Amino acid sequence: MNLILVLEQTLNGLQLGVMLFLMAAGLTLVFGIMNLVNLAHGSFYMVGAYLATYFYQLTGSYWLGVLLGLAGTLVVGVAVELVALRTLYERDHLDQVLATFGLILFFNELAAMVWGRAALYTNIPEYLSGHVELLPGLRYPLYRLVIIVVGLAVAGLLWFVVARTRLGMLIRAGASNRAMVAALGVNIRLLYTLVFGFGAALAGLAGLMAGPIYVVQPGMGELILIEVFVVIVIGGIGSIRGALAGALIVGMVDTLGRAFLKPALATVLSPVAAQAAGPALASMLIYLLMAVVLALKPQGLFPARL
Amino acid sequence: MSPRNRAIALGLGLLLLAAVPPVASLFNQPFYLDLVRRIMIFAIAAASLNLILGYGGMVSFGHAAYLGVGGYAVGVLAHYGVVDGIVQWALAIGASALVALVIGAVSIRTSGVYFIMITLAFTQMLYYLGISVEEFGGDDGMRLAAKSRFPGVDLNDASVFYYLVLAVLVLVLFLGHRLVNSRFGMVIRAARSNETRTRAIGVSPYRYRLAAFVIAGAVCGLAGALLVNHTAYLTPEFMNWTRSGELMFMVILGGMGSVAGPVLGAFALLVLEDLLSGWTQHWQIVLGPLLVLSVLFFRRGLAGLFDKNE
Repeated sequence: MNLILVLEQTLNGLQLGVMLFLMAAGLTLVFGIMNLVNLAHGSFYMVGAYLATYFYQLTGSYWLGVLLGLAGTLVVGVAVELVALRTLYERDHLDQVLATFGLILFFNELAAMVWGRAALYTNIPEYLSGHVELLPGLRYPLYRLVIIVVGLAVAGLLWFVVARTRLGMLIRAGASNRAMVAALGVNIRLLYTLVFGFGAALAGLAGLMAGPIYVVQPGMGELILIEVFVVIVIGGIGSIRGALAGALIVGMVDTLGRAFLKPALATVLSPVAAQAAGPALASMLIYLLMAVVLALKPQGLFPARL
Repeated sequence: MSPRNRAIALGLGLLLLAAVPPVASLFNQPFYLDLVRRIMIFAIAAASLNLILGYGGMVSFGHAAYLGVGGYAVGVLAHYGVVDGIVQWALAIGASALVALVIGAVSIRTSGVYFIMITLAFTQMLYYLGISVEEFGGDDGMRLAAKSRFPGVDLNDASVFYYLVLAVLVLVLFLGHRLVNSRFGMVIRAARSNETRTRAIGVSPYRYRLAAFVIAGAVCGLAGALLVNHTAYLTPEFMNWTRSGELMFMVILGGMGSVAGPVLGAFALLVLEDLLSGWTQHWQIVLGPLLVLSVLFFRRGLAGLFDKNE
């Protein structure tokens, strides 16, 4: 195990971490403020990836694809909130889970109808592809670095908006007492719709950035969604700080586990046993971590205060 | 419904189910026997979920895990040449109970949305475990080497297998009915309607909930053993999270907290899926919004239609 490889995998873990954070931020805000469990959050990730890929191929401009992908996901998010989810805020979590499960079936099938069931492959513009030499011997893909930077920038922006602006103040107030905020004359329904739409757009951003690295296909959102649940449970539901910490922890543990667990096991077990147990254990690692965190701190590492 | 009408309805339903094999063979339509058998297997799984979801208020979004554990218990034993049904099914039930004990011990400490996410995440963990074990086919799964063998009962005979499933279903519903009306069941239901008061009268719900969770897991493991014999094929898809969602929908569509509800729900959902998928390959685009509408406007489920006064 050499240092270069460890650094490279750490960066990969960071990249997965910021991606998970973009998903988790929207989900945890919506839960913290509207008290809504939204399984269909993964669908916005998928919608973002598909729209960006589609518009990129249609217009030939990557940035136009990104812009239209983001705007499209925002519109889809607002539409879903207005049509279906608005009436669910007052319902219990069971109803929310079931209704948004129905939405997932709808969106996955819609994507399959429009773009087919086969995976779409998309590429990145020339100036974003290629590698950067970070250290002597450590060449890292530029695109992944861009993802890390964008993710961290969004995290900073989000913190600024929530902690330092009037909108953020309303969001925090809405989370702690919605009736009081409404009584003070704030249009709380509009606020909810806005928060939901921007949460969806963040998921769309994660999706459209993920498109060129992973594959774009129906159901892609649910795979990451369940990891995002792990992130939120570890971090503490409703807390943005928790979402960031949880996302980075899960991203690191998952990536490093997949890269190094097998060789690490091989030093203690026989190579055959390590070959068999390594991948299985690596894929279960984040869930085991979640179980440990829950056993120690049932409310997550950073219980919600936003 | 009065108890008398309820008994009549149950008797009629049972008679209808029992009539399926002769009628299907009369019209030479073995497909329907297959369909109803599959529906009844899922009804068993849904009935077990109903115990914790409907009566206990525990929103487990990972119930498909036990279908998988039960299925793998049978499939793995058959893979190594152990085809004795009693051994296989005992392992299916025991292993599912054990898995439910571990998952339950961690997740029942939490509640609400945490509980939903954790049960989902644990099931996903088992799903990935199934995918990564190459010995048992990994992603692709494996063919069931041979059906479970019982003395005097040949599961290769479609109607014999059918009646066995029916018998298990009736047994599960009967025992479930006895359980929820027992002292144990009253604690479970009390903890659902008001945990604080339950504690105040001196009962700590944790152990009761865990016991119910384990029983539900064990019964669902049995359904998994039946299911793998039914499909004769075993894949990690048994534990797919959409399966867990479907099981929840069966409980909800049928009407939570009623004994016959999950059976009605399983019929409603699977027949609907069958009809829609015969109509268009994009049937999920119809099913999804239908499910959303059922949650928004059809809260009490099918059992609620018959039971106006509850």
